Amino acid sequence: MSADVELDSVTIRFGDFVAVKSATLKISNGEFFSFLGPSGCGKTTILRTVSGFLDPSEGTVRIGGQDMRGIGPNKRPTALIFQNLALFPLMTVADNITYGLRVRGVPHAERVKRADELLSLIALPDQGKKMVNELSGGQKQRVAIARALAVEPQVLLLDEPLSALDLKLRQHMRNELRAIQKRVGITFIYITHDQGEALTMSDRIAVMNAGVIEQVGDGKTIYDQPATAFVASFVGENNPFAGRVFAVDDGFAVVDTGKGRLRGRNRRGLKVGDEAILFVRPESFKLTAGGEDSTVAAPVLNVAFEGNMSHIFLKGPTKKEITLTIGRDAAGHIPAQGETARVGFDPQAATVLPAGKLASD
Amino acid sequence: MLKTIIILLPFVLIAVFWAMAARERRLANDPSRKSFFERNGAVISTYLLVAVGFWAIMMIVLPQLYMVDYSFHPKLPPSERGGPKDVYTLANYKFFLFGPQIGNEVTWNTTHIRAFFLTIGASMFVTFVNFCLCYPLAFYLAQVATAQRLRLLMMALIVPFWVNEILRAFALRIMLGTSGLINNALIALGVIGEPIDFLGLDIGLYVGLSYAYLLMMIFPLYNAIESLDKNQIEAARDLGAPWWHIHLFVVMPFAKPGIASGCTMVFMLSAGALAAPLFLGGPNSLWFTPIVYDRFFQAFNWPQGAAYAFILLLACIFFVLAVMKVFKVGLGEITR
Repeated sequence: MSADVELDSVTIRFGDFVAVKSATLKISNGEFFSFLGPSGCGKTTILRTVSGFLDPSEGTVRIGGQDMRGIGPNKRPTALIFQNLALFPLMTVADNITYGLRVRGVPHAERVKRADELLSLIALPDQGKKMVNELSGGQKQRVAIARALAVEPQVLLLDEPLSALDLKLRQHMRNELRAIQKRVGITFIYITHDQGEALTMSDRIAVMNAGVIEQVGDGKTIYDQPATAFVASFVGENNPFAGRVFAVDDGFAVVDTGKGRLRGRNRRGLKVGDEAILFVRPESFKLTAGGEDSTVAAPVLNVAFEGNMSHIFLKGPTKKEITLTIGRDAAGHIPAQGETARVGFDPQAATVLPAGKLASD
Repeated sequence: MLKTIIILLPFVLIAVFWAMAARERRLANDPSRKSFFERNGAVISTYLLVAVGFWAIMMIVLPQLYMVDYSFHPKLPPSERGGPKDVYTLANYKFFLFGPQIGNEVTWNTTHIRAFFLTIGASMFVTFVNFCLCYPLAFYLAQVATAQRLRLLMMALIVPFWVNEILRAFALRIMLGTSGLINNALIALGVIGEPIDFLGLDIGLYVGLSYAYLLMMIFPLYNAIESLDKNQIEAARDLGAPWWHIHLFVVMPFAKPGIASGCTMVFMLSAGALAAPLFLGGPNSLWFTPIVYDRFFQAFNWPQGAAYAFILLLACIFFVLAVMKVFKVGLGEITR
């Protein structure tokens, strides 16, 4: 059975506060889909709506084509993994994993068998008799996944489940999660504020800000072709140059910025005179000057050598400095602090977007 | 002899405390760990030792010991106390079981034994009713209510207990009487034709006792349930559990220490209650505590009263420990 998850102009209000504003998207069966955004952007609200703890104020949530309104979380084909995991501390690992089966009246012998299967799936064989607090953070994580998978949901919802783990474990669990998803083949909906997590694991990502889905696409699209100023500044590092569009031609726009006229891709079809921001990624800069409208000259504030790369900070048009990331083998000499550097970029790699709120504002 | 021990005991206990404090000081090899005396200073340490020792002895140990001793003595006029007739005897405990023996036939003291078991049974019932009333309320307060509503409800729960117990019992008695408010209302509404004798049926007693110890049940339950992570309830629901399953297998096991603590207190206090059984009890219910009271102040038989009180106390303690054993609750847990 198909378990597409559809949001159809879903709006969720708490009193006067609009937590989610007219969200429409479709998540296909078997997809690893992430909602990425800063805290308070409404991504957890969406998750709670899909899992059934909230009903949308307006619009419809459909799972497998069926309207979910009025169907409680215990009746939906979804399983949720909580941020703090919410394992039952007084039950053994096996009892935790098979809780959902016990509720469904599955006989004991079958539950034991199922627990063993799931324990080997999460690479914790023979640990079923332990109590939850005897496990490490990563093991608890995996038990939470097994507990959710035990009820054979069609959609697994994950609410920042890795945020409590340390960095090393978090990176390991990313691969693990992705591998588990491939093995079980069900839809994963993943909530995170960590773009690294979203980019490495997801088939597609929805970037959210202030209750609005700003862009939906795969990681590469979102990184290379951000649709809004917020997405450009939130996903990855980016250097904004604000100004007005001076000229447009053939898919490009020239923006009159505080650092001169700069050229970039004009995918949003801006017109002359529009308020705009031109974004250049730190790694898109070269140490050699570019063309007339793709060169920035600015005093060097600081140089940070990091082995395989160097970060160079130039004085920017605003208080925020311009950041460059230069690879070890890049051409040109690395300028010293106090020098005025002339750095260029490829206008193909720069993006001109309508002016809007930036992630760091 | 006994008097000498009683007088010496406080000093012995204070000395024991002192020795414990001194031992702690010696054991403190870890230089960062300060001894009791270093932490508090000599004056405060001494004061604490003496005060705690005095309090423990004078307020808790001695009165109880004195009453235990008393219960093993015969009833004597003051002039004969300490005289040749003042010997240790089990007569008071025997009286509870067999009553006054007339002739050679052995008869059971059915009135008192019946009252005793009735009290234990009724206290269990009151505890159960109290738990059924308080659990949903405590759950609501701890997990559902907003902070503002919580404050309001807490006030509503606490303020009525400012009214003294006897006044409350009498008010209930008037309300529940055959021509009381509740009967009148029910008759006026046409629910019943004849007034119901709430007091005669002991309903008044159960209502009074359940209400009197409401807070003793609510607060431990509230504390226990309040520390339960909301996500666990949601996780259980998300995994498909119906509400009763969540309460039975997620909330209650977690709140077990609180449940044990609340039930223990309500049971003990109900079994030892005096005012409510006196004012609200029907003619058929002879509660055990009024009997104890009568031993003291009607029969003027203090040794017998002490013996009766101890029978009740020991029975209650034994019962509570047995129940805790069955439910696998440690004594340490209920004090959390």
